[in-house]
Amino acid sequence: MVGIATSAIRLATPYLYAAIGEAIGQLSGVLNLGVDGIMLMGAFTGFYVTLLTGHPALGLLAAMATGASMGLLMAFISVTLQAEQGISGIGLYLFGLGLSTLLFGMTVGTVKTVSGFPQAPIPGLSRIPILGEILFSHNPLVYGAFALVPLAWFVLNKTPLGLKLRAAGQNPLAADSLGVDVIRVRYVAVVLGGVLSGIAGASLSIALLNVFQQNMTNGMGFIAVALVYFGGWRPLGVLAGAMLFSTVNAIQVWLQVQGVKIPSDFALMMPYVITILVLASMAKRRIHAPAALNKPFERGGE
Amino acid sequence: MSDRVRSRQYAGLLIHLTPLFAVLLAFFVGALMLVGLGVNPGTAFKSLLQGAFGNLNAIADTIVKMTPLLFVGLGICISFRGGVLNIGGEGQLVVGALAATAIALAGKGFPGWLLATVALVTGALAGAVWGGIAGFLKAYLNVNEILSTIMLNYIAVYGMNYLLRGPMMDPLQVKLGFFIPQTARLPRAVDLPRLVPTRLHLGALIAILVAIFVYVFLWRTTIGFRIRTVGMSRRAALASGINVRRYTVLGLLLAGLFAGLGGAVEVLGVHHRMFTDGTAFGFTGGAGFNGIVAALFGRLHPLGTIPSSFLFGALLTGANKMQRVVQVPSALIVALNGLIVLFVVGSEVIRRRRLRRLEKLTIVEEEI
Repeated sequence: MVGIATSAIRLATPYLYAAIGEAIGQLSGVLNLGVDGIMLMGAFTGFYVTLLTGHPALGLLAAMATGASMGLLMAFISVTLQAEQGISGIGLYLFGLGLSTLLFGMTVGTVKTVSGFPQAPIPGLSRIPILGEILFSHNPLVYGAFALVPLAWFVLNKTPLGLKLRAAGQNPLAADSLGVDVIRVRYVAVVLGGVLSGIAGASLSIALLNVFQQNMTNGMGFIAVALVYFGGWRPLGVLAGAMLFSTVNAIQVWLQVQGVKIPSDFALMMPYVITILVLASMAKRRIHAPAALNKPFERGGE
Repeated sequence: MSDRVRSRQYAGLLIHLTPLFAVLLAFFVGALMLVGLGVNPGTAFKSLLQGAFGNLNAIADTIVKMTPLLFVGLGICISFRGGVLNIGGEGQLVVGALAATAIALAGKGFPGWLLATVALVTGALAGAVWGGIAGFLKAYLNVNEILSTIMLNYIAVYGMNYLLRGPMMDPLQVKLGFFIPQTARLPRAVDLPRLVPTRLHLGALIAILVAIFVYVFLWRTTIGFRIRTVGMSRRAALASGINVRRYTVLGLLLAGLFAGLGGAVEVLGVHHRMFTDGTAFGFTGGAGFNGIVAALFGRLHPLGTIPSSFLFGALLTGANKMQRVVQVPSALIVALNGLIVLFVVGSEVIRRRRLRRLEKLTIVEEEI
């Protein structure tokens, strides 16, 4: 049981970074479906820089910079050029998938491991029986993911930036007339989302698994987008969704280790089935997407 | 006056060339990436061209690669025009191929033409079910179809892996103890006929006929008109009494139908058995995504999608050669396709603005 809970906390990490980043973008009115591509690029650059320098912190910075530039590209295409966001996101995904595979093939080529961020048990707290192991004996990036939840909540709900951001996503015309620079706010939100997606990728390649493989996210970025819907665009809701997911995953891994006879393919299929069921169950809930989600903003436009 | 007319003609021409600029721009970025990786882009692109068009076999391979892109792309034309974004091509290809394989294996001994037809139809229907699920979820439970089709891709892949490692595995593999995850070879009677002595098979011709059919369907039938109306404005469609939900389901269902048919054609025409490398990519070669790129580049027009599928088929065929000759992973083409999507949809707004300016120009002129 302790094992399941510990690995559920670990496995929630990439989902949390990616989904909170995506939530920020969506709250400002931009649907970024390229999360998976950004994660892959973040995972690769983080891995490669760590491999070259031996410093996972530099790898993390590289992953953040990569995420920021891909976020910037997405913002340019979907905010400035007002492209259909669903499709441009798929373009960004393909770009990240192809480029990370290409770069990996041309630079590293074979499976290699790096020494990523080490475990960092929190002094004192990690000594608490059971809870200490579950909560306080993790990697720094795991703590970061969980610290991000209250931080995102605070910024989104209690700061002027958060207010502007949500205004840009709910009613950009009104926000504009009150002097909010909608375009700029959306750029900030999408770039920030990109940075967090980059960290999400790096958390796989230089903290949790310490390897890079082509397409290693296997659709995690898309699940993260679904988690935003599930979480009702609130950081706490996203946390609940991410924990549900990672717990199911952890149980599945545990069952396989125990040798329970479920075909592994069905076990692997579960996260995707659950995502659909969860999205379908949302129909009954009265939570609405930001009103201007997926709608480009143009000053003086209709 | 004549100056203005000429500038209008140029502007008109430019508008139609925008997607082409998008591709050129993507290739320019690709060339920069190659330079960054220490590869001469000239050599790389030359081997790409040779691989795609160098001789009769290369051209035939290009058309063979074009075929699944066209099938998926045609479904994309219908669904995108109907206002639903089908990203589920990969999964629909896979279930279509699996269903066709199962039928062809089970029906050993029946006349080839009959069995092949039934297999193709079954593949198409399986794809339609897969797409229809997403359509139903969208229409009745308001589930975002982009997410549901992507999830259905993964579900199809793991289902395929299960079947090919278990119940559908080639009995010979089991007997020999190799356990390669693939089915037995289909009866030779169902192989689609070759058109010329190359790998080119009947499937390409079927795809082109289907393209013409889809064109007629979308622009010459009531159902097609309604699908397009829903795509243009759900509100207007509702107001004019169109059952929006029904046409939402239909859009995704038809997208799945054609992708499923494409999967079945791949099995009967190219591979003659179903196999997996653990991902969808092993069997589909990414056609589910590349078909979207082809359809967008073909301006979501069924007939425009024919040449554009040919172009992307050429890129994919050439990329294999490029990988062998200059050791540049063919993933380069995946990245370039992503850029092409970004640039094509990004240039839409520029195109629309130009069109608007052009209209103004014309109105002013008429007033004069």
